[in-house]
Amino acid sequence: MVGAAGAMKQAMAKAKPDEFVKIERISKRFDDALAVDDVSLTVNRGEIFALLGGSGSGKSTLLRMLAGFERPSEGRVLLDGQDLTDLPPHQRPINMMFQSYALFPHMTVEQNIAFGLKQDRMSKAEIKDRVAEMLKLVRMSEYARRKPHQLSGGQRQRVALARSLAKSPKLLLLDEPMGALDKKLRSQMQLELVEIIERVGVTCIMVTHDQEEAMTMAQRIAIMHQGWIAQVGTPMDIYESPASRHVAEFVGSVNIFEGELTVDMEDHAIIECPKLDRPIYIGHGISTRAEDRHTIFALRPEKVWVSPDKPDQEYNWAHGEVHDIAYLGGHSVYYIKLDSGLIVQAFFANSERRMPRMTWDDKVYISWENDSGVVLPS
Amino acid sequence: MSKLTSRLLPTGRFWVISAPYLWLFLFFLLPFAIVLKISFSEAAIAIPPYQPLLEYAEQSLSIAINLGNYIFLSEDSLYYAAYLGSLKIALFSTLICLALGYPMAYAITRAPRDKQLIYLLLIMMPTWTAILIRVYAWMGILSTNGLLNSTLMWAGLIDSPLQILNTDTAVYIGVVYAYLPFMILPLYANLIKHDDTLLEAAMDLGAGKIKAFWKITVPLSRSGIIAGSMLVFIPVVGEFVVPELLGGPETLMIGRVLWQEFFNNRDWPVASALAIVMLALLLIPIILFHYNQSRAMERNA
Repeated sequence: MVGAAGAMKQAMAKAKPDEFVKIERISKRFDDALAVDDVSLTVNRGEIFALLGGSGSGKSTLLRMLAGFERPSEGRVLLDGQDLTDLPPHQRPINMMFQSYALFPHMTVEQNIAFGLKQDRMSKAEIKDRVAEMLKLVRMSEYARRKPHQLSGGQRQRVALARSLAKSPKLLLLDEPMGALDKKLRSQMQLELVEIIERVGVTCIMVTHDQEEAMTMAQRIAIMHQGWIAQVGTPMDIYESPASRHVAEFVGSVNIFEGELTVDMEDHAIIECPKLDRPIYIGHGISTRAEDRHTIFALRPEKVWVSPDKPDQEYNWAHGEVHDIAYLGGHSVYYIKLDSGLIVQAFFANSERRMPRMTWDDKVYISWENDSGVVLPS
Repeated sequence: MSKLTSRLLPTGRFWVISAPYLWLFLFFLLPFAIVLKISFSEAAIAIPPYQPLLEYAEQSLSIAINLGNYIFLSEDSLYYAAYLGSLKIALFSTLICLALGYPMAYAITRAPRDKQLIYLLLIMMPTWTAILIRVYAWMGILSTNGLLNSTLMWAGLIDSPLQILNTDTAVYIGVVYAYLPFMILPLYANLIKHDDTLLEAAMDLGAGKIKAFWKITVPLSRSGIIAGSMLVFIPVVGEFVVPELLGGPETLMIGRVLWQEFFNNRDWPVASALAIVMLALLLIPIILFHYNQSRAMERNA
């Protein structure tokens, strides 16, 4: 009893100084459609947090509620202890970088950045200094007098970032920050953006549908699906330990095997899968209810070994043939058709130039290690 | 060979471009040249009632350019007053149209998409009837025992009828009524293209709704404001029907004076000179208008 209370106190003391944004049981209803359904989230101070989801997952609505453009139907938003739920957007200490940047076309770069500062009735000299500082931060000083239509996509993004950071917001919101950039520029800007945000030290919540972007930029990710949060965790948590089949399939590629749990001991478990030649052996126990024997096993393609030789192990392999190959430069994706007809994806790193490779219709074996895959609740 | 002919012969592009130029030549430049010519001649009792500019008699060509009409215009204060009156009425009507039209155009762009077309049709509908008939209807409304006065008296707001017809007020009512659609349509065309996320961005940066409107929406609708204002201002300067039917004896507008010179005095040369001076006055706003249009087009390109 004393021990439990002590542990709770310790956990609270540890968690309290970090909790900066608190979203409490927030919902948003549009007519009859529920866009956001009872979402609770906590974002820590100084953290870059990503809301990742497909279109219609409610991630943008959630962001717009944080900015104040939408009123939640239920629930509250707290920022640094202050309840923001009823504040209009112009009174919130939050600034947003819009998806298409929303730079004011009739103003120069300078005027765009100064716009927010002018609303705070800052003196002219202070505004000038702050604008110069912001331009320097995003390395756009020589473009101060340009109009937005005279800038490239990457430059516009920098101006948009400078504008949203100029007022030193407590919270920065990024709406699909790379949506308007081409792929090459994207990966470059992702790291640059993170660097600037970390240098400023602002807490940041971003919305994206691009998992690579979320994983590159964010420290923690919330996967959104149909208005609710499917999982929250670090990029590695979400990729390696997905909480559900949906998360596993949404983030990266995955092979799914369905089977019956036949052995469930403390140190190992065995799943009988009719589509595989040999049962699946897992190096740890699975705590399931006795009556629920149906199990889903998820295995990432890069953890699947493909070889022409029969593996030297009792479990975790199957026989098939190479059905299709996608050569992607850095790695190739092999689609192996098992004897049962199931198609399994396997990544093959092209670590040598012009090495002999398996090709179409080769007879091969796939295999994996005891703890390569994850058992998911069915 | 074929290369040479294709270079020498006019191309398809030439014919396409030449069509509007031909139109402008036939229906703008040629009539203008005729009016200009008449303005340099002298009035005469003849058909047509002016002396020819070019005369070919006794194997010699004599050109008689007469600047007398312009000198006459500059000496008579009536014409100054008429020009100033026209410019004043055009300016204030434009401002009134802008003040009424902007909120209307803005409200239409905020309406649901399927209703917008209906509202625009309602704005345009009156222009489907001839202007003369609509101005006559206003005479019926504004006259001393007309609809407006009898309604106000029935309601007990006034004891004796107001003299509205045949005053400048009536001219303003008529002009604003007639030209309001020409203000609303270009403003609507401009405002409907605005990106709402710009307003959201302004609010996000700390501007309230009213401030965001003045700082973002209004400056971005500049080209619409200018287009609408020109479409009202330019024709109102030369307006004849409204001041003639609704205006009083003290309503001096150049359109009316022009009419009187042509038809009452049968002094075509002076009337032509009046028209040329009016055109010169209007050239300034027209050039500004074109400058603005081409700049807007450059920006969109």
